[in-house]
Amino acid sequence: MRTICALAGVVIKELYRRKDFYVLFVITIIICLVMGSMNVFNDNEIVRYIKDIALLLIWISSLVIAITATARQIPAEKENRTLLPLLAKPLTRTQLILGKFFGCWAVCGLMLVCFYLFFGLLSATREHQWPLLHYLQAASLHWVMLGVVISFTLLGSLVFAAPSSTSTICFVVAAGILLVGRYLDRIALSLSEPWRSIVYAIYYAMPHLEFFDMRNLIIHDWPLVEWKYIGLAVLYGFAYIVVFLAAACLAFRRKPVN
Amino acid sequence: MKGILKTDKLRVEYKGRDFRQGPKVALQGLDLEVNSGEVFGFLGPNGAGKTTTINVLLGFLPPTKGAASLFGIDVRQPIARRRIGYLPEMTYYYKFLTADELLRFYSKIFGLSGAEMDRRIDAVLNLVELQEARKRLIKTYSKGMQQRVGLAQALINNPDLLILDEPTSGLDPVGRMKVRAIIQRLKNEGKTVFFASHELGEVETVCDRVAIIAGGELKAMGKVSDVVAQHGTNLEAAFLDIIGYQPQPI
Ligand SMILES: Nc1ncnc2c1ncn2[C@@H]1O[C@H](COP(=O)(O)OP(=O)(O)OP(=O)(O)O)[C@@H](O)[C@H]1O
Ligand SMILES: [Mg+2]
Repeated sequence: MRTICALAGVVIKELYRRKDFYVLFVITIIICLVMGSMNVFNDNEIVRYIKDIALLLIWISSLVIAITATARQIPAEKENRTLLPLLAKPLTRTQLILGKFFGCWAVCGLMLVCFYLFFGLLSATREHQWPLLHYLQAASLHWVMLGVVISFTLLGSLVFAAPSSTSTICFVVAAGILLVGRYLDRIALSLSEPWRSIVYAIYYAMPHLEFFDMRNLIIHDWPLVEWKYIGLAVLYGFAYIVVFLAAACLAFRRKPVN
Repeated sequence: MKGILKTDKLRVEYKGRDFRQGPKVALQGLDLEVNSGEVFGFLGPNGAGKTTTINVLLGFLPPTKGAASLFGIDVRQPIARRRIGYLPEMTYYYKFLTADELLRFYSKIFGLSGAEMDRRIDAVLNLVELQEARKRLIKTYSKGMQQRVGLAQALINNPDLLILDEPTSGLDPVGRMKVRAIIQRLKNEGKTVFFASHELGEVETVCDRVAIIAGGELKAMGKVSDVVAQHGTNLEAAFLDIIGYQPQPI
């Protein structure tokens, strides 16, 4: 446990000392600010529209940051040969993977806190209300979703060696699931065998990241979702995280490093 | 305890990138045994398989055949690495950390904490003379300083067995002398040191026993004085004789 925390601590330190992630973060915030300050009559529709775009931006940049930060973790260790002195210590490769995972996930959590805090402030200036529980529900599911994305990116970074290809592939997969994942069953119906079964299999096997998307809750001020459903979604996310991390450990276990 | 580092008919093949080439055999049936309390030099020309052997000993690389153990524990178990220190061939550490943070990180993995951790870190930083630079980022260090950070991290857990891959490469004469002094000192404390090196003069002064490998095979192993006596007048002559070097007319 201490080992995993120490590893995660190094991941957090690295990301916090690298400047490039701040750039995306700051850009997102600036765009949202500019949009927020656009003084178009206090029309409800427009406010909604702005909230929609701001949340979309937050989603995209959180995905980009999560994926790019995770994809380079283990390849960079290999490239810089920091993996050698590290693995020469009495730690298992499973601990290494877990440390990397929790480090990246913690960073994403911090980032989400900033994003949602900022978003809350922005919309409070417009609507003069603080739907705290709404934010809490949306942010926690968003965070679990990023956990799933981080775990499969970690697996991807062990399968495809180059961080750039890992990031691209993982981003395409995540975006694909978010955009068309929910329609795959309907798409399957319109296909003929054997494609129908294949698409169905994918539909049932893949992690439905769109379940975690609660943007509409905030945008339209819908009533809170019952907490038991949130709990179920979290469990659903955790199941995928465990599966992906286990696969990553298997992929890494017998891999020669040098 | 005898035989704290052991390899048994170790064979390692690297899979080629290309199917037609077939695997590249880096080690073929290597038997080594290092006893407790000795300084053991591991010699061989470039590409002989020294780094490969060390990679197997640290569990980085699974052997194709044969086995290796540290303190009688198979190297595939992480617990075998509890009491060792390792200095890699090339020195790259997390550039975004300071020496102090790096050592703290590694000591946590070894389960050190609190006052004991501070004491160990102070001790190793004093030993490698990096006290003043400890709060600076490693990326601002010179090569020699990075090598010394490497030595410091290898010593952080007060190991009983040190595995060093070319510890003096890239150091100035004073730096080399200091590394030699550190090795001597560890030996006096009863530690075992296993190191790969190309500096034959150095090996001759600090080592009790040596092994010479070439082409992945053990060519000679024994007391330095015995190896020298059998094959030549000094270690360099013996080394050239053992690896079968023929001077070419230029
Ligand atoms: N990752 C690898 N893939 C394929 N072949 C490799 C790999 N690493 C090493 N080899 C080969 O294995 C052999 C042994 O290499 P090794 O690095 O163990 O030599 P060495 O004795 O450490 O040499 P040096 O003195 O130059 O450090 C060499 O022929 C090398 O080409
Ligand atoms: Mg080598």
